[in-house]
Amino acid sequence: MELLVASAVGALTAGGVYLILRLRAFTVILGLALLSYAVNIFLFSTGRLAVGKPPVLDGYTVGDFSAYTDPLPQALVLTAIVISFGMTAVLVMFALGAYLEAGDDKIDMDGPDQPDRQITATTPQDPESDGITFDFEPRERDA
Amino acid sequence: MFSENGLLPIIAILPFLGALVPGLMIRAGRNACASFTAIPTVLALVLLASLAPGVMSGTVYRAEITWLPQLQLSASFFLDGLGLLFAFMILGVGLLITLYARFYLSSKDPMGQFYTYLLLFQGAMLGIVLSDNILLLLIFWELTSLSSFLLIGYWKHLPEGRQGARMALTVTGAGGLAMIGGMLILGDIVGSYQLTDILAAGDQVKASAWYAPAVILILLGAFTKSAQFPFHFWLPHAMAAPTPVSAYLHSATMVKAGVFLMARMWPALAGTDLWFYVVASVGLVTMVLGAIIALFKDDLKALLAFSTVSHLGLLTMLLGFGTPEAAIAAVFHIINHLIFKAALFMTAGIVDHETGTRDIKRLGGLAKVMPITAAIGTVAALSMAGFPLFNGFLSKEAMLHEASHTSWWENPWIVGALATLGALFSVAYSLRFIFHVFAGPVRDDYPAKPHDPGFGMWAAPAFLCVFVIAIGVAPFLATPVVKMAAEAVTGEDLSFYLKIWHGVNTALLMSVAAIIGGVILLVAHRPLERLWAVMPRPEAKTIFDSLITATQQVMRWLTGMLHQGAISRYLAIFVAATVALGLIAFSGGAMGPATRDLTPVPPVAVVGWVLLMAAVAMVVLFHRMRFRALVVIGVIGLMISVGFVYLSAPDLALTQISVETVTILLLLLALHFLPKQSPHESGPARRAGDATLAVIAGVAVAALAYSFMMRGFSTISDYHLANSKSGGGGTNVVNVILVDFRGYDTYGEIIVLGIAGLCIFALMETLLNGPAGRKLRKAEFGPDRSRDRHPLMMVVATRVMLPIALMVGVYIFLRGHNQPGGGFVAGLIFSIALLMQYMASGFAWTTRRQRIEYHALIGFGVVIAGLTGVGSWLAGRPFLTSNFGYFEIPPIEEFELATAMLFDLGVFLCVLGAVMLMLYSLSRLARHAGETVNNEPMDYDPSRSVQASSSAEKGA
Repeated sequence: MELLVASAVGALTAGGVYLILRLRAFTVILGLALLSYAVNIFLFSTGRLAVGKPPVLDGYTVGDFSAYTDPLPQALVLTAIVISFGMTAVLVMFALGAYLEAGDDKIDMDGPDQPDRQITATTPQDPESDGITFDFEPRERDA
Repeated sequence: MFSENGLLPIIAILPFLGALVPGLMIRAGRNACASFTAIPTVLALVLLASLAPGVMSGTVYRAEITWLPQLQLSASFFLDGLGLLFAFMILGVGLLITLYARFYLSSKDPMGQFYTYLLLFQGAMLGIVLSDNILLLLIFWELTSLSSFLLIGYWKHLPEGRQGARMALTVTGAGGLAMIGGMLILGDIVGSYQLTDILAAGDQVKASAWYAPAVILILLGAFTKSAQFPFHFWLPHAMAAPTPVSAYLHSATMVKAGVFLMARMWPALAGTDLWFYVVASVGLVTMVLGAIIALFKDDLKALLAFSTVSHLGLLTMLLGFGTPEAAIAAVFHIINHLIFKAALFMTAGIVDHETGTRDIKRLGGLAKVMPITAAIGTVAALSMAGFPLFNGFLSKEAMLHEASHTSWWENPWIVGALATLGALFSVAYSLRFIFHVFAGPVRDDYPAKPHDPGFGMWAAPAFLCVFVIAIGVAPFLATPVVKMAAEAVTGEDLSFYLKIWHGVNTALLMSVAAIIGGVILLVAHRPLERLWAVMPRPEAKTIFDSLITATQQVMRWLTGMLHQGAISRYLAIFVAATVALGLIAFSGGAMGPATRDLTPVPPVAVVGWVLLMAAVAMVVLFHRMRFRALVVIGVIGLMISVGFVYLSAPDLALTQISVETVTILLLLLALHFLPKQSPHESGPARRAGDATLAVIAGVAVAALAYSFMMRGFSTISDYHLANSKSGGGGTNVVNVILVDFRGYDTYGEIIVLGIAGLCIFALMETLLNGPAGRKLRKAEFGPDRSRDRHPLMMVVATRVMLPIALMVGVYIFLRGHNQPGGGFVAGLIFSIALLMQYMASGFAWTTRRQRIEYHALIGFGVVIAGLTGVGSWLAGRPFLTSNFGYFEIPPIEEFELATAMLFDLGVFLCVLGAVMLMLYSLSRLARHAGETVNNEPMDYDPSRSVQASSSAEKGA
């Protein structure tokens, strides 16, 4: 079982890393989701694996806790799952904002981020004029 | 005794408290402002005076307020002779400067600000001399740099002021950084950061292998602060400050901080060869160089600035000698220099104020028009020159005596000769100050019509001149003070007498030579000046400026190189660096053997694993088709939830599966507005490189996880398991940890979640009001959107499921304390139940039926959780201690009520509010993009007539 969990963590990490190195925001978000899974499982696994020993006290006995798995990593991971949702949501918002403002969801800039770079109007178009069109995946229509 | 010790922190804090007042009192007028600035100073002086007799008789007062004893951080103060002398100087001169500045500053200058800065500085300075903890001392040290920056740059409209302030801050700040390092080493050697411990451990310090680095670093701090060569150049540029500041900071106090530090550390650091050759040599060079440059400066304040540099060099040199006699001379000269130099600066200020210029070439003959000022200036300058019967003579004599008895690198006369040379130039520039400014015929081309100022302005320097003559004529008056401070410096009992006439000795001959030589130099000043003008010499400001420019350029280039805009590159570097660090850590430590057996693998687990691995592979392979990738991500989340169930983590499984649902919904919503496909952008080489990196990272993490799981460990969880029921009142240990043991963490986390929700709301608000919002309003959707956006089946199904889902949520919430569940999961379940309504009947229709704003839910959640925590204060227990009891209300069985449940309610509300606010914000986009608002829950309602529904469709 340990091998399966470890390899799953590895695969999730590898997939996540590959995806965050892509150039589009949405893919990076997917990669971060995979990485979050990996990190959460890893944290969980530091409590070691146990089958059939949930940390819910039952017939409470003092001193002997071998019947229960380690609850602490679970508590940590529980909040981590919820927080990573919050993080994903904020990132999605960034990606959406960037896409709607800039017209694409590339994550890389074209040049260095110079603080004193002159801000020049690269596209002297009327901002009102360039509406965008949302493309949908072509779908067979039945009517 | 206790109360007297307790006065120390009060004295130290008084100026800081006082600093709050002048800014307000300036509204009541300039006199009120100055008076209220004087109050804390006077108060501190009185308190100090009440301690003075004790210190004079040898008591050392101490006060300690412990803060972080584990890190040896404490606010501890002590007062001995040296501290008392400096504290008196700081407060006394501070008081005189307050008076002087009241009349010096013009009505256009913001006086409230000035006095606030002045008191801040005074407090910082006082802190340095009273600190017993060297870490505390460092804080005050940095505070003096900062507050002097504000004071030097007080005239913000003058570029010299701003540049001078920046230069002073750069140089002294850099020195301060070096000193932090040195002090930490010192504390490490001794094992204590208490100054008193360090001073007692002098032999241990000097024997340590780390002695040299500690000394060099600490001296860097002291030399930069006290303007020693080659860091002397900032002081003349700091003269752009108003003259009261120059008089206070650059003669009496701040520049003396370095000297003070060397004197303070004297027992611990002085007396070695290293100390002698570094400190004495630097001091000697500074003394001579400063004196020579001072002679050729035409600006009165520049002359005084370089003379200060020279005298600081003299003090440094004396402390560098490392003998008790030299220390006595140093202490005595500190007092004398303070008195005559502050008087001289104030005189220079008066001249500048009255004539409108500080240029010596445009002055002369002022003795006739400003007799009082001339008298004061002459007395102080003669003291600086070292003429007999003035106080400067006595300490200069002592210095020359020490110098003539010191041999440098087995050369017995070089120190004496150079010291005489310094003294000679000192006489020359002092006499120049007298003769070129006050003597000679009255001129008719002064920029203003000069006359003596009012009493308020000359009172302070005149007061100082009384001391110049009193000590000069009757040196025994100063003996007890010098003895007290010198004994504190050396830590030994000293017996000596200060007197004018020691008989005809070497020092007297050197003094006479200096005076004669000085007079000759002054007479020959004109040809010498021409020579000086043609002599090439490095200009410190140019070098400093080009150094700063070069640093800036290198940093800009470096930033451009590293930060060139490609996040994917940063991430690659980050991943590679993390893996490399992991490898280094792994290869460094010996890993113990595996101590656990593998857990058996049931066949169903293999199936789940295969599904998960396949899903990961598919996400990576098909990540360009975004919808598909999203669906497959759902498979991964599901498999992980199942895994949690199998591996004894029911709470995690519940959370994972509900978060998974919400996340997918969120991403779907976002994808509605994002491109549905990612283009092919990176070439095969790059993809291969990224894949290699990814695989390496994956293998490394897998190996790490595996080695973790195969080894036993000790955990603190037994405590949680043991106390969960008895202390927290719940059998679900995970939940008890969340709401009780680690309640503080959870409280922080729900706040973070709430902030994330509000952040998304705010971003969306900005986005919709910006150009993106305008674009959206004009957006066109493809023609292939569904006609039946609110299908009957879905509306009916969700409507039936709503109460069931809510009931499940309540159930999960209530049982959370004892069984898997709790506020987090319940909040998510409620969110999903509500989201289903959004999906089925549309955003607008649902919102119209919503009573409570999501923002309010977040707020209520945080407040309820917080109040629950505060409630335990009322019971006299720490924040967030839970309480519980068992109740019985027939006919229900006995049940438990715990305050933890109230806290969990806060968690629940916050999670619900945050999740809903996030999704609500995203769905606002749709409405902005021209989504129609439906008045009916579903597009086609069979219970209505066909006509009605068709007209509704036209409307939409």
